[in-house]
Amino acid sequence: MIAELGHYALVLALGLALVQAVVPFWGARSRDPVLLAIAAPTAIAQFAFVGASFLALVWCHVVSDFSVLTVFENSHSAKPLIYKISGVWGNHEGSMLLWILMLALFGALVAGFGGNLPDRLKSTALAIQAWIAVAFELFVLVTSNPFTRLVPAPLEGRDLNPILQDPGLAVHPPLLYLGYVGFSITFSFAAAALIEGRIDAAWARRVRPWALTAWIFLTLGIAMGSYWAYYTLGWGGWWFWDPVENASLMPWLAGTALLHSAVVMEKRDALKIWTILLAVLAFSLSLVGTFLVRSGVLTSVHTFANDPARGVFILAILVMFIGGSFALFAWRAPLLKQGGLFAPISREGALILNNLFLITACATVFVGTLYPLALEALTGEKISVGAPFFNATFVPLFIPLLIAMSFGPLLSWKRSDLYGIAQRLVGALAVAVVGIAATFAVESGGPVVAPFGVGLALFVMIGALTDLTERAGLFRSSFGTAIRRAGGLPRSAWGTMIAHFGVGLSVLGIVGEAQWGAERIASMHPGETVSIRHYDLTFDGIVPRAGPNYRDFVGKFTVKRGGELIGIMQPSRRVYPVRAMTTTQSALMTRGMSQLYLSLGDPEPDGRTTVRLYHKPLVLLIWLGAAVMVLGGAMSLSDRRLRVGAPRPARARALAQPAE
Amino acid sequence: MTRRQRRLVLIGTGVGVLAIAATLVLAALKDSIVFFNSPTDLVDKHIGAGTRIRLGGLVKSGSLVRGDNLAVQFAVTDGNKEVAVAYRGVLPDLFREGQGVVAEGALDAAGLFRADTILAKHDETYMPKEVAEALKKQGHWKDSYGSAAAAPAAPAARSAR
Repeated sequence: MIAELGHYALVLALGLALVQAVVPFWGARSRDPVLLAIAAPTAIAQFAFVGASFLALVWCHVVSDFSVLTVFENSHSAKPLIYKISGVWGNHEGSMLLWILMLALFGALVAGFGGNLPDRLKSTALAIQAWIAVAFELFVLVTSNPFTRLVPAPLEGRDLNPILQDPGLAVHPPLLYLGYVGFSITFSFAAAALIEGRIDAAWARRVRPWALTAWIFLTLGIAMGSYWAYYTLGWGGWWFWDPVENASLMPWLAGTALLHSAVVMEKRDALKIWTILLAVLAFSLSLVGTFLVRSGVLTSVHTFANDPARGVFILAILVMFIGGSFALFAWRAPLLKQGGLFAPISREGALILNNLFLITACATVFVGTLYPLALEALTGEKISVGAPFFNATFVPLFIPLLIAMSFGPLLSWKRSDLYGIAQRLVGALAVAVVGIAATFAVESGGPVVAPFGVGLALFVMIGALTDLTERAGLFRSSFGTAIRRAGGLPRSAWGTMIAHFGVGLSVLGIVGEAQWGAERIASMHPGETVSIRHYDLTFDGIVPRAGPNYRDFVGKFTVKRGGELIGIMQPSRRVYPVRAMTTTQSALMTRGMSQLYLSLGDPEPDGRTTVRLYHKPLVLLIWLGAAVMVLGGAMSLSDRRLRVGAPRPARARALAQPAE
Repeated sequence: MTRRQRRLVLIGTGVGVLAIAATLVLAALKDSIVFFNSPTDLVDKHIGAGTRIRLGGLVKSGSLVRGDNLAVQFAVTDGNKEVAVAYRGVLPDLFREGQGVVAEGALDAAGLFRADTILAKHDETYMPKEVAEALKKQGHWKDSYGSAAAAPAAPAARSAR
């Protein structure tokens, strides 16, 4: 019964989405404010019905209703409650429903909190958001109905893929979807602005908070996913250049570029065409990502099923929305007037450079991800494009971006003086040089790139701080004045500083982990000791332990450093009888920002156990940096300027009227 | 600087960065991509020693030999031809005789395939997509290998999620 209600609620949501998609356009055409105003309440109602449908599916999972096909295939009555709930989106059907829930959520948020938006822009954007909802709700109802019944109902379910039975699943997909579906709203705003033909600085100011919100969640989601992969896969890697990861990285790169170019549009009324294009591009890349992950063209854990009908359906959605928006763009963009002249050496120039590198880097990821698919489709040759490709293309493009990042915020608008800025960055450069020298001195014989990586990270971090101290005038006026001035700076300035500092932290973590990480594989009898980087680990044996729906074989290791006991690590191998699968539960020991990482391999016939042991220096900085970036984003989002919104210029509106 | 010059600088930088990126991509595509082959392909295409490839097929039953210090040797077959594979390290959780595997590495002069990465199929009902297709091509596909042949492949010794 509950499943049928959920199904019915989804059908009703589709009906509401159709109303929301059509009526506001009609209202805009016939200049009927009543029809136009229908968009907001329908968006909220649509969200309520999608939400009800989603809750119904959660209910089916929680009570283990195995007469529902997706529950039978992905759940088990003995599964802990948290995985019963997170298992809702641990499969194709459920995750598509979550996708739609996020889409409807952003529509409802704009309807509820978009009070400062002009009525026409808001209603048109909501109508476009509804078109996306119509397409995806149809997709779910036609090809991936999560409420399909199974007759007769089996007594027991097939359990969730053990790799997914992890708290990471409860957090990672919702955050990631909030981010990458969140860009749908900037897409809708861009398309609405193109349809209305009115694109100005105020548009950028209105859209920026939404882009920031999506960006914050996407950053969190990607970082969370990376940490999950790191601890769950058992060999200590934190980024794999897997097509599915790339699918989330591409919208992130485009979204980051969008955030920066929107600043130029808002402040200087320039880069309008480009900003609109980026808004379209960010969500287009999200759609490409959805296609890659959901159509089954890739082989990956994220690809839960392979049904050609689904692939073709998503491809059709993709072509319709990307093609449609680019056609709209090509038709309307030439009508835009560019404003705001500036010299190449200026804040605008630096932000253009930022966009150029971000988008080029994004393009290399795109090529690396899609080239194997294209080649296979054209020639039948199967290839794999892995980390070496991305290290050789993505990394060299990111280095100049990082260097330019310290200069950008210090440059003034319109025209600036690079020499003067370089003088202000002397401090950062000095710290970087000292860092390089110190690293060389400490790590003689280490890889040559590493010290320069450390130098780059320090330059980025101190550069970000320099921006703050310069604005506050720390070394030019008294300390008290500087503090007061820093407190009075707009929060968006603080946001920039914090986020850029976070990037530096992440870079430092990446360099530390990549260059000084140590790895040992040993096969050990109980009682034996293995050493890595001043740590001695003694294997005390393996103890079996029972879990709710698995059996654990826990290895005990005592860890000593310089003869002194510092802790016990307990990695395990976990056997899930229902699927006859084994997973590796690695053990982590955090020492400052570094970690010891231990995982068990298969037991060998002679009674020995294979052990993989890693020392990961500074590895936590990678995710700490991402968290700091998110903090910067949140700081910027809380800026009063964005909350209040653009003042409505009565004059501009009066002028705009006769033009139509 | 005139407006025209400014625009030229902008366009010049853009084209410059794109050119650098294109060069990097082309160079990387030449060097760092790896082709997938079945044991039959390996013989038919006369792939020489030292060329990095991915080899996919079934681990031949009874062929697994464990040596000292985590060294293993086994044969990969597609029902038609087979290739001996040597590997040192921890085999992935789902590595089993008679089941699908993808090994990445190169042939040595003696015709032994030296793998540095082993990817095993992902759960009991699934088979790596490439392996399934290679087996079908050789006519040795059995439906019992799994109905949803092309789903989750491969997290493993060194691979993806």
